[in-house]
Amino acid sequence: MIGFLIRRIGQAIVVLFIVTVATLAMVHLFPGGPVRALLGERATPSAIAYYNQVYGFNQPFYVQYIKWVDQMLHGNLGFSYHLNLSVSTLLAQDLPKTIVLVLLGTVVSLIFGIPLGVYQAVHRNSWIDYVLTGVSFLGYSTPTYFLGIVLVDWFAVDTNIFPPFAPQGTTVLSILGDPRALVLPVVTYAFLLYALWSRYMRSSVLDNLVQDYVRTARAKGASELRVIWVHVFRNSLVSIVTLLGLSIPTLVGGAILIEVVFNYAGMGLAFYQAALNNDFEVLLGFTVVATLATIIGNLVADVGYGILDPRVRY
Amino acid sequence: MAMSEAQAVAASEAELGLTPSTKPRGMFVRAWEVFAENKLALVGLGFVVFILLFCFVGPHLYVTNQINTDLMDTLCTPSGQHLLGCDDVGYDELGRLMVGGQTSLEVGLAAAVVSVLFGTLYGAISGFAGGFVDAIMMRVVDAGLSLPSLMVIIVLSVIFHPTVTVIIFIIAVFYWCGVARLVRGETLALRDREYVQAVKVIGGRPLRSVIKHIVPNAIGTIIVQATFAVADSILTLSVLGFLTLGVAPPATDWGSMLSDGLTYIQGGNYWWLIYPPGVLIILTCIAFNFIGDALRDAFETRLQRR
Repeated sequence: MIGFLIRRIGQAIVVLFIVTVATLAMVHLFPGGPVRALLGERATPSAIAYYNQVYGFNQPFYVQYIKWVDQMLHGNLGFSYHLNLSVSTLLAQDLPKTIVLVLLGTVVSLIFGIPLGVYQAVHRNSWIDYVLTGVSFLGYSTPTYFLGIVLVDWFAVDTNIFPPFAPQGTTVLSILGDPRALVLPVVTYAFLLYALWSRYMRSSVLDNLVQDYVRTARAKGASELRVIWVHVFRNSLVSIVTLLGLSIPTLVGGAILIEVVFNYAGMGLAFYQAALNNDFEVLLGFTVVATLATIIGNLVADVGYGILDPRVRY
Repeated sequence: MAMSEAQAVAASEAELGLTPSTKPRGMFVRAWEVFAENKLALVGLGFVVFILLFCFVGPHLYVTNQINTDLMDTLCTPSGQHLLGCDDVGYDELGRLMVGGQTSLEVGLAAAVVSVLFGTLYGAISGFAGGFVDAIMMRVVDAGLSLPSLMVIIVLSVIFHPTVTVIIFIIAVFYWCGVARLVRGETLALRDREYVQAVKVIGGRPLRSVIKHIVPNAIGTIIVQATFAVADSILTLSVLGFLTLGVAPPATDWGSMLSDGLTYIQGGNYWWLIYPPGVLIILTCIAFNFIGDALRDAFETRLQRR
C-alpha cells in the first residue's frame, strides 16, 4: 500500500510537471505573444518590448517556467491586468460560489441518480427501465446550456415561477438565502450529472447482482430488500466514489456553462470573461488550480478505492 | 471412384469437426447481425442518414440565400416562403439549419477521425513498447486527461479565432487521450498473444505488428470510440458556438445559431430561433450514442460464435 502510494504520488508529480509546462507554453501561442494580446493590436513595439522586459517574457522559456512555479509556490497565482486584482483575490471571491453550485448540483444529482440507477438494474428491461434509460441518453446528448435556455424560457420568461438568473449575491450566505433563484441553475447542472451517475450505478449493480455473495445472502434467507440495499448497494457505491473523484473536469466544464447561462458570478464566468479579454494570467492561474483539483481528485479516487474495497491489492 | 487424398483428408476433418462445415462468417458480418437486432440502433442509423441528406442534399432542393443578409425579412415568422421563419439578419432559418448542420457534422466526423486515428496509433505504440517509453507516453495522456478540457478549448479558441479546420484539431487535441488509454489497454492484452510473438520471431518490424496485428484486433473498441467521439465533438462544437467562439459568419453551426437566438428569448415568442437547432443537436447526438451502444454490444460478442 505504502509502495503504491509513493509510486502513485510520483506519477502525479510528473503529470503536474507536464501540465504546467503545457499551460505556460499555451500562453506563448497568442499571436505576437501574450503582451501583444494584452495591450491590443495597436500597441507600439517599444511598449511591447517594455512589458516583455517587466514580465520577463524575453527570457528563455525554462527561466520563465521556474520563476512562474516559484511564484505559485509562494501563493502568487498572477495578476489580472483587466480587473486590477490579483488572481488569488479573484479566486477567493469566486471559488466559494462555484463550490456551492458544484456541491448542490452534485448532491441533487446523486440523490436522484443513485436510487434510480439501482431501481433500473433490479427491474432491468421493464418499461420504467426503458424510460429512465431514455432520460439518461437525453442527459448525455443535451448541451447543458440548451437545457438552461429552455428552462429559463419555460419557467422564467413564460411563467415567472423562477427568476431567469442565478442569485447575484456576493457572499455564499446571501446566495444560499435566495433559494428560488438557485433552482434553475442547480436543476440544469444536476440533470447533466444525473445521466452519468445513474448509468454507472445501473451497470455497477448489474455486475454485482451476479456475484457469489449475492447468492449466499439469498441462500441464508436475507430479504430481497436487504440483499439489494445492504449487500449490493454498498459494493456498487465504491465505484461511484471513484467516479466522483474522476469527474472533476466534467464538473468544472459544467460549472462554466451554467455560470455563463445564468450569469452566476463564480469561477467559470470569471474564466470566460478573462478568455474574452485575453487576460492570460487569470487563464493560467485558474487552469492550474482546476488541473490541480483534478490530479488530487484522481489520486484520492485511486487510493480511496483501495481503502473502501479491501479486496483490491496493489 | 476413389476420392483424391486431399478430399479424403478434408472429409475426415469435417467429420471430426476440425474444420467448420461452412466458411466462417467475418467479424463485421457477425457484428452487423447483432447490431441489426437492436431496434434503437437502427433508428439511430436511419436518423444519421436522414440528417446527412438533410444537410448536404437539402440545400439543393430547398434553395435559400445563406451568403447575403436580407434585412427586410429580419425575424419574419414561419410562412410558405420561409418554412421556419428567418433569423435576426434575415437568413432563412431552415436553410440555415442545413448549412449549420454541415459544419456541425463535418467537424464532428473529422474530429472523431483525427482523434481516434492518432489515439489508436499512440496507444498501440505505447502499449507495444512497454517499459519506460510506455510510462512516459502514458503520463502525457494522464496530463491531457487532467486538464479541464473545456477551459483549454476555450483558451485555444480565443487564441486562434478558429476556422473549421482549426476547430477540428482543437477538439481532437483532447479527445485522443481517452482513446489512447483504451487502445493501450487492449494492446497490453494482445501483445503477448502467439501471433504477435510470431511476427517478432520471423523478424517483422514492431510497426508491422502494431499496424497489421494489434490495431485490427482492437478495431471493435476503436470503432465504438469513434462513434461516441462524433457525438461528443458535435456537442463541444456547439458549446464553442454558444460561447461565440465558434466559426465566423456567414458560416455557422447549430450552437452559434442557438447563441444568436438566445438574444431574443425575452423579446417575444421567437421559438424557431431556439428549438430547431437545439433539437437537432440533441437528436443527432442521441442517434450516435444509440449506434455506439449497439456497436459495443456487437463487438463484445464477436468472439462468441452466435
